[in-house]
Amino acid sequence: MSVITVENISKQYIIDHQKGKGTNTLRDVLTENLRSMFGQKTKNAITHEEFWALRDVNFSIEQGDRVGLVGHNGAGKSTMLKILSKIIQPTTGTVRIRGRVASLLEVGTGFHPELTGRENIFLNGSLLGMSRSEIKRQFDEIVAFAGVEKFLDTPVKRYSSGMYVRLGFAISAHLDPEIMIVDEVLAVGDAEFQKKSLGKMRDNSASGRTVIFVSHNLTAVQALCNKTFYFEKGRLIEQGETNQVIASYLSKVAKTRLLRQWDTPEEAPGNDLVRVRRIELIPDYQDNLTHIDVRTSMKFQFEFWNQMDHANLNLSLHLNSLTGECIFNIGTLSQPYGKGLIAAECTIPGFFLNDGSYTISIMIVKDTVTPLYVMEEGITFDVEDYREGIAWYGKWPGYVRPQFPFHTKMLEPVISE
Amino acid sequence: MKTHEVIIQPGRSERHYWRDLWRNRELMYILSMRDVSVRYKQTALGTAWGLIRPLTTMLIMVFVFSKIAKLPADPGVPYPLMVLGGITVWTFFSTAFTQISNSVTLNSNLVTKVYFPRLIMPISSIAVSFVDFLVSLGLFILLSIWYRFIPDWHLLLLPAFIILALLASFAFGLFFAAVNVKFRDIGQLIPFIVQVGFYICPIAYSSRLVAEKANEWWAPFYWFNPMVGIIDGFRWSLLGEKAYFNPQSLLLSVSIVTVCLALSLYFFRKRENTFVDDI
Repeated sequence: MSVITVENISKQYIIDHQKGKGTNTLRDVLTENLRSMFGQKTKNAITHEEFWALRDVNFSIEQGDRVGLVGHNGAGKSTMLKILSKIIQPTTGTVRIRGRVASLLEVGTGFHPELTGRENIFLNGSLLGMSRSEIKRQFDEIVAFAGVEKFLDTPVKRYSSGMYVRLGFAISAHLDPEIMIVDEVLAVGDAEFQKKSLGKMRDNSASGRTVIFVSHNLTAVQALCNKTFYFEKGRLIEQGETNQVIASYLSKVAKTRLLRQWDTPEEAPGNDLVRVRRIELIPDYQDNLTHIDVRTSMKFQFEFWNQMDHANLNLSLHLNSLTGECIFNIGTLSQPYGKGLIAAECTIPGFFLNDGSYTISIMIVKDTVTPLYVMEEGITFDVEDYREGIAWYGKWPGYVRPQFPFHTKMLEPVISE
Repeated sequence: MKTHEVIIQPGRSERHYWRDLWRNRELMYILSMRDVSVRYKQTALGTAWGLIRPLTTMLIMVFVFSKIAKLPADPGVPYPLMVLGGITVWTFFSTAFTQISNSVTLNSNLVTKVYFPRLIMPISSIAVSFVDFLVSLGLFILLSIWYRFIPDWHLLLLPAFIILALLASFAFGLFFAAVNVKFRDIGQLIPFIVQVGFYICPIAYSSRLVAEKANEWWAPFYWFNPMVGIIDGFRWSLLGEKAYFNPQSLLLSVSIVTVCLALSLYFFRKRENTFVDDI
């Protein structure tokens, strides 16, 4: 029996240019385009642009299915969850849901910092749809699960972030819906707690509960979900068995802009002094993989035309996280060059970057101090997670993921008779 | 348990909206309690603030309007008592109105993360103003004992005027709450409306003074303010026949409030499904 049927769901947003709130990159890009099309005349005009967060999505989910939603940021996964949770209304289409739904889009929704742990359990619980008697009945269990017995009457603003998250998850873990919608909440909490939470979610589905789960962590999706939906640019482009869908997702991810090149200096990015010819990241795939994971080493290659007769040049490479933080910056030695094509190569070893999305920006510098040209986000790439012999699926913390020598050994064994 | 089917479609509102609202009464209660208990957290004087504010407002108004400007009270009614009655009901209306208007935007973290009938937010937001109102009313009772002013049967009508003031705050607040989601200008506008209202409503003065100037060109407009009938009526039920009360103005108040409430409610229900897109 299908518990959720989704037919032709689309969600459209109208983006106001010129005025309107917030500045997002999409708007910037569109405004730029319009400006160049109409010249200065557009400066005071207000234009509306349509943006489809979801487009013609169809699927159905059977009772007891555990469905993972994967895709890039902005692919529409969270929008889909919010439509299923009745938080946003679709622009077109119909959703039919049979059964009691609990949505967990955030850990500790509605927690008020000034209220005590006890008060917040009731607040959050009733926001998630629990009745007071239900909360009362499970109160002790929730408190024990979170391990916050001593701090029940302390305002949560005095909680450590770990305690806060544990309390939030403990409440939602005691929900008893027929359909559970979960957005990326396993990304928080410590290892032991995550194991407990995942265990709890598995138990849930064993008892016939339907789970819909969004995560960037493919390992967790693989561990938990029997079916996976792959979203891209608002469309559901693939659905089926988890392993199969994740494999094709990863192979598509690998094609994201690892190479850009320009044949003639005229069309290449740059200026009168220097122009970029090629920028490329060449992963050294192992085990017949078609995507980069934390083990993969990569060669970064860069070629540019120098159009100055004589200049002392060096390159500076910035590797940034998707949120713009610099993971590292590395530079070449400054050397004298005449006119011509110059090539550079840098090796990024495997077991170095943590899983995540990264961009590479490169700067051409004269006399070690004057930047001639900066190529922002020349390459974007994703590093996928890979684990062996680890039963923990939480987000691996940190920017880097080195494998320095780190061992344990038995120092004084206790010999039992 | 019987499983019912939920259908989500554009423009379709929940079929069992009012039943859902009733089912969520515990959530309403908990959100109210949240607002009330957070209100005076980390203040040294705590709930005493609920007493200090109406008391000082009254003292200042007695000083300015009675001692300096020599405004007369209704004959036989002590001026401080008249002012405090006005302040009590006006503050109740204006804080409830302000809180309703801001209720959706203040709870934006909930709007984007959970579904519940959105009317819960404005409804639960009035708890704080109601608590303050009870404190202020207590102060009024103490003051009338001091003046040996004994209320009569009119007091029985007091709940009706309290409810009317509350309905008025919803009639105007719900509309602003929905508009506030998209246009934060409302946040700037509301304190201004409240300030203007304080002077055009009979708080520091009695409507009797306006009734005596019936041939002035502006006098008819005065009675179109729906709060006039409510404030006069509230005072009348506390102070008896000595306080001025024009039943016709109450009729006008009730009709304006009813029409505005219906329109506001319709508007709010129409807009609530798209709150999350605009917030």
